[in-house]
Amino acid sequence: MEQERKTEKLLEVKDLQVSFFTPAGEVKAVNGISYDLNYNEVMGIVGESGSGKSVEAYSIIGLLQSPGKVVGGSITLEGEDVLAKTASEMVNFRGSQVAMIFQNPMTCLNPVYTIGNQLTEALRAHNKEISKEEAAKRAMEMLEQVGINNVEKRMGQYPHELSGGMRQRVMIAMGLICHPKLLIADEPTTALDVTIQAQILELMKELQKKNHMGIVFITHNLGVVAEICDKVSVMYAGKMVEQGSVDDIFYNPGHPYTKGLLRSMPRVDAESYERLIPIEGTPVDMLNPPEGCPFAPRCEHTMKVCLQKMPPYVNMGREHRAACWLRIQEEMKNRQEESETEGSENE
Amino acid sequence: MNKNDDILVSVEHLKKYFPVKGMKGPGVQAVEDISVFIRRGETLGLVGESGCGKTTLGRTILQLHQPTSGKIVYDGEVIYEGEDPWKPGANGVMQDVKVPKPRQANMLPYRRKMQIIFQDPSASLDPRMTVGEIIGEALDIHKLFESKTDRMDRIKELLSTVGLNTEHANRYPHEFSGGQQQRVGIARALAVNPEFIVCDEPISALDVSIQSQVVNMLEDMQKELGLTYLFIAHDLSVVRHISNRIGVMYLGTMVELAESYELNRNPMHPYTQTLLSAVPVPDPQLSRSRQRIILEGDIPSPMNPPTGCRFHTRCPHATEKCRGEVPEFKEYAPDHWAACHNL
Repeated sequence: MEQERKTEKLLEVKDLQVSFFTPAGEVKAVNGISYDLNYNEVMGIVGESGSGKSVEAYSIIGLLQSPGKVVGGSITLEGEDVLAKTASEMVNFRGSQVAMIFQNPMTCLNPVYTIGNQLTEALRAHNKEISKEEAAKRAMEMLEQVGINNVEKRMGQYPHELSGGMRQRVMIAMGLICHPKLLIADEPTTALDVTIQAQILELMKELQKKNHMGIVFITHNLGVVAEICDKVSVMYAGKMVEQGSVDDIFYNPGHPYTKGLLRSMPRVDAESYERLIPIEGTPVDMLNPPEGCPFAPRCEHTMKVCLQKMPPYVNMGREHRAACWLRIQEEMKNRQEESETEGSENE
Repeated sequence: MNKNDDILVSVEHLKKYFPVKGMKGPGVQAVEDISVFIRRGETLGLVGESGCGKTTLGRTILQLHQPTSGKIVYDGEVIYEGEDPWKPGANGVMQDVKVPKPRQANMLPYRRKMQIIFQDPSASLDPRMTVGEIIGEALDIHKLFESKTDRMDRIKELLSTVGLNTEHANRYPHEFSGGQQQRVGIARALAVNPEFIVCDEPISALDVSIQSQVVNMLEDMQKELGLTYLFIAHDLSVVRHISNRIGVMYLGTMVELAESYELNRNPMHPYTQTLLSAVPVPDPQLSRSRQRIILEGDIPSPMNPPTGCRFHTRCPHATEKCRGEVPEFKEYAPDHWAACHNL
């Protein structure tokens, strides 16, 4: 049973497009993104601020705020169309099927209610039959699971009485209390110190194994990605420029942006000083995105075609694809060589 | 004198306490008895978790915070010297005692030599001043230029040094991206030709792809202008990259100080070992095979720090001695200092 669930598809995002209609014009924050996520898998979404990674996650859980709108594509969770749900269906859907944890726990926990109050509220909102005592018991179990000690005391405390790492644990407990199938984590460790970050990542891995859920993990920290993710999508200016397994992305990157990101970080195993190689230029102005490939103005291999047309995806391996004209050029060269050798054999 | 021993800034037994309203005693003990020196032309990195006092140390050296006690020497001149007003009383509780007024130099001439780059560029630039005015203000305070054209030329020169256009002088901070704002902050710090710059998390508010641009720029400037940096950050991999030596701080105390790659290869203090193992490495195979040390619990409050070694509450090797006695900060190998009883 367990083995079966592992390969089952949980979430499917197909050609998702999200736009913000601002007074200054339409901003295509997410522009044609597709990916699959199975049970038991962690998908990392990497990109700089403004690349659309959070917007994409917000549309899965239906929290996109005006003037943002999904203008195309589909999101399917366990075969169900998420975008077709009504507002009241979404209320039930959130929490029980999909949960989200945020970067700053203080903005998500209510400062005037106790931890216990907020946890039991989450439970009872989805299951009216559950009694107060039963809910409190389950809440305490959940707190224990996320590694909080002295739970009875914690239940009566307010968010400001807890440390940052503890608040993040409470938020994870709150997200997981109704056993969602999908967890969306939007930079859950960015605001934390490295030692606390290590604790939280360890906890998330453990809980994922136990609950067999899928996780969409949004971050800009490639170190965290290497730590926790199975698959990675690299986003740039609302487009997915590369997608693959972690090993593909880290050891065989196909897109110049991915390569640039990896190269611009200080190497961990560096034994002596090496100068960093930065990605020159500044991120794209999303109101006036360039025609063609959005990365072309900053890319060191820019060709004429890059400035005119967005490249299609090229498969670089099982589940590994990149959108870059360079890879297309390579592919064509390979094919030509193949046909040439075939031709000479025929002669 | 050996070039290696050309010390620009040094602090001895520096303490900084922040009084807390309605509380007896010294209050928040943000910096507790730190002695460290910085050589001319080098970069000293400071790392530690939030609340460990690394920013306070940087600001106290610049006297943006009034030190509680200790000694600060800049280029051979004592700019602050004061006695500790807090002494443990008979019952072990800290008592406030009368001490002579601290000796303090007039800071204005030193402000020209010591500058700071702040973490959040949008918060440290006045939104109602143009970039030209922000940079020019520093020049005016120190009366560096008589003629207006010279002054304007200098502003333009500074802008091009940090990679901005000269016509950007008439723009306001909000018209720039985060990376560009940080460049303005750097230009402002450089305006008065300082020798020593405290870089307080200069890149942590920036995007990944922009961070390396700013790091490279800081390195180039150091080479060109012969600057000395105190580089404060919580990202160990960046600090290791830019620094000659690294100091590791925990709860107001310096626990280890060593040459940066030596620290990486051979961390002595258990806290440094934990910190190094907690840094996520951007290499999936390495991170799968790596053994991590995960600390239990949270950092204690600096208002009521643990006795003895301040790390003993979370240290896996803590002994009775660690609970009672403050470990001495000693040189265990050439240029490798640590404060731990178990070494």
